Amino acid sequence: MSGSADIGLWGVPLAMIGGAVRVSTPYIFVALGETITERSGRINLGQEGTLVFGAMIGYGVAIITGSPLLGVAAACACGCGFGLFHGWICRFPKVNDIAVGIAMMQLGVGLAVFFGKPFIKPAAPHLPAISLGWWSAVPQIRAALDVNALFILGLGLALFLNWAFRNTKYGLMLRVVGDSSDAARAMGLNPNRVRLYATAIGGGLAGIGGAYLSLYYPGSWNEGISSGQGLMAVALVIFARWNPLGCFFAALLFGGAGALGSALQSVGVTQGYYLFYAAPYVLTLIILTATSSRSHSLVGAPGELSITK
Amino acid sequence: MSDKFQISRRQLLKSSAAGATLLTSGGIAPLSAWAADTLTVGFIYVGSKGDYGYNQSHAQAAETFKKMPGIKVVEEENVPETNAVVETMESMINIDGASLIFPTSFGYFNPFMLATAKKYPKVEFRHCGGLWTKADPANTGSYFGYIGMGQYLNGIVAGHMTKSKKLGFIAAKPIPQVLLNINSFLLGARSVDPAITVKTIFTGDWNLPVKEAEAANALADQGIDVLTMHVDSPKVIIQTAAGRGLYVCGYHADQAALAPTKYLTGANWNWAKPYHDFITEKRANKPLGQFVRGGIPEGFVKMSPLGPMVTPPAKKQFDATLAEIMKGNFAIIKGPMKDNKGNIVVPAGKIYPENAIELEKMNYLLDGVIGSTS
Repeated sequence: MSGSADIGLWGVPLAMIGGAVRVSTPYIFVALGETITERSGRINLGQEGTLVFGAMIGYGVAIITGSPLLGVAAACACGCGFGLFHGWICRFPKVNDIAVGIAMMQLGVGLAVFFGKPFIKPAAPHLPAISLGWWSAVPQIRAALDVNALFILGLGLALFLNWAFRNTKYGLMLRVVGDSSDAARAMGLNPNRVRLYATAIGGGLAGIGGAYLSLYYPGSWNEGISSGQGLMAVALVIFARWNPLGCFFAALLFGGAGALGSALQSVGVTQGYYLFYAAPYVLTLIILTATSSRSHSLVGAPGELSITK
Repeated sequence: MSDKFQISRRQLLKSSAAGATLLTSGGIAPLSAWAADTLTVGFIYVGSKGDYGYNQSHAQAAETFKKMPGIKVVEEENVPETNAVVETMESMINIDGASLIFPTSFGYFNPFMLATAKKYPKVEFRHCGGLWTKADPANTGSYFGYIGMGQYLNGIVAGHMTKSKKLGFIAAKPIPQVLLNINSFLLGARSVDPAITVKTIFTGDWNLPVKEAEAANALADQGIDVLTMHVDSPKVIIQTAAGRGLYVCGYHADQAALAPTKYLTGANWNWAKPYHDFITEKRANKPLGQFVRGGIPEGFVKMSPLGPMVTPPAKKQFDATLAEIMKGNFAIIKGPMKDNKGNIVVPAGKIYPENAIELEKMNYLLDGVIGSTS
């Protein structure tokens, strides 16, 4: 580009900031959705399938209607449907939510590949970007700060959930059901119904994350679009200790670390790129190990969650 | 359960085929005449037919035979490199009557295609890639193309169009064919200006859309103004790079429709050529080629038409070089050449044209490429 400045090594932090903003949004939505689900005492591993299906349906609806916003809405609705299905199966006695989640993951990916064939070739209209880098004359900074509205919505949602879990009636209901089914029943709550709604909302958010993938960044639909981001987001929830703001920052960290491999190669640090691509996963292992404890269980883990029981 | 079903289905097919033979030998002339004149050809793709990449390049070639009289084309896309491809081949043979099959993906070869070929000795199988040897069954063979010269021509156009003298290459894995493409792109650009460098980013696999987009952004941040690639589906890279204002040179299939104002040209497979030869041989009952290779002179590789933004000097050198390549035996890897660590990798006096066996072992990036093979 004729207008671009030579930024040299500054490209690495810039790429990591830009990468964090660009790549993190799907993680944010899936992780926030999963936080709601897990706070109610259920784990939904099907989020990966919901993410991929949401990417496909969002792209398809955007092509057919010409409106990317309708695509996001359709992805959200389908995600809710997947969540309701998961929640409905899990209400039966002796059903394992993790096993159902794995089945739902395969179902979502399979359906997306099957119905998504006609949408691989056409180009869908993209969601618009909001330029937050207008103050800078450096085109690289401007490009890094092109932010999608969904990213800002994700930040708002994290703040809102952080407040709502503590300060609203529904937040309290969710936490009671998640911590103790018996206590919830004693309060007159129906744990299965609360979990059904929590899983549906979680699925809806994962659907929005999928639509971001296909309609904004990288902005295309094919079978490899997610490459496991939905599963990593579920792991990020544990990493963030079921805290919505924690999820937001964990997603940013993960996105930024993921940009490291490309950024280093672009400034000429070319040896060992496979290792740099592993950076997000190594980081996750280090933080989980460093914050683990021999003497007590995970802080903030919902008591009813099958992985902590 | 499903195995049982498939065995019974096959047995059913066998018996119905036997029944059909009986009927035709019994004198139902139109059916046997139709069967003798129509050649059914099967194409199998690992991905989607519309991926703007490798699979599309094969599907476009298959498309050209659909209108041809006496040829029936059967296709299946998104067939994984597992036992699923055996099922696909068997159903093409038994249900559709295919007698010539092209499994187009690398991983279909061993054991899937070889096992099926042993089971159906009257059906011809031709695999796209370099895996076939003379020890394999007589009814098998391979075809592949030399596309390095296409990347050399890409490099010439890129070399004329760059202002920053910095080009980019997004590659999946450092295998010989990919390294040859990167080196060819560099040499093409350096034939315009020896100061040009090519920055290379390896993503680590053939289909990683998010990493490919990140790589395109990272290259744009570093002032690269023309880039090309070697990944399975270049769609995401082309859209992302064009969105950042970069020029792009395509690969696999013509991607001009994705970025009409930024797409300079591209190195594209023209599989219709080998397919046409195989089908002609098969219909004439001649033996089919078993080790078929070709590049631009043989018509296996074609360039996308130059975009309207390409300057006259670029077009002039492009056309002149293409004419030289068409004469055959054109070589760009000529000693002495150094890799980007300073080692002599091509000794003085050695000249390797595109079909030289030495190039199939390439494990270096030439001086001028910023990147690493590990």
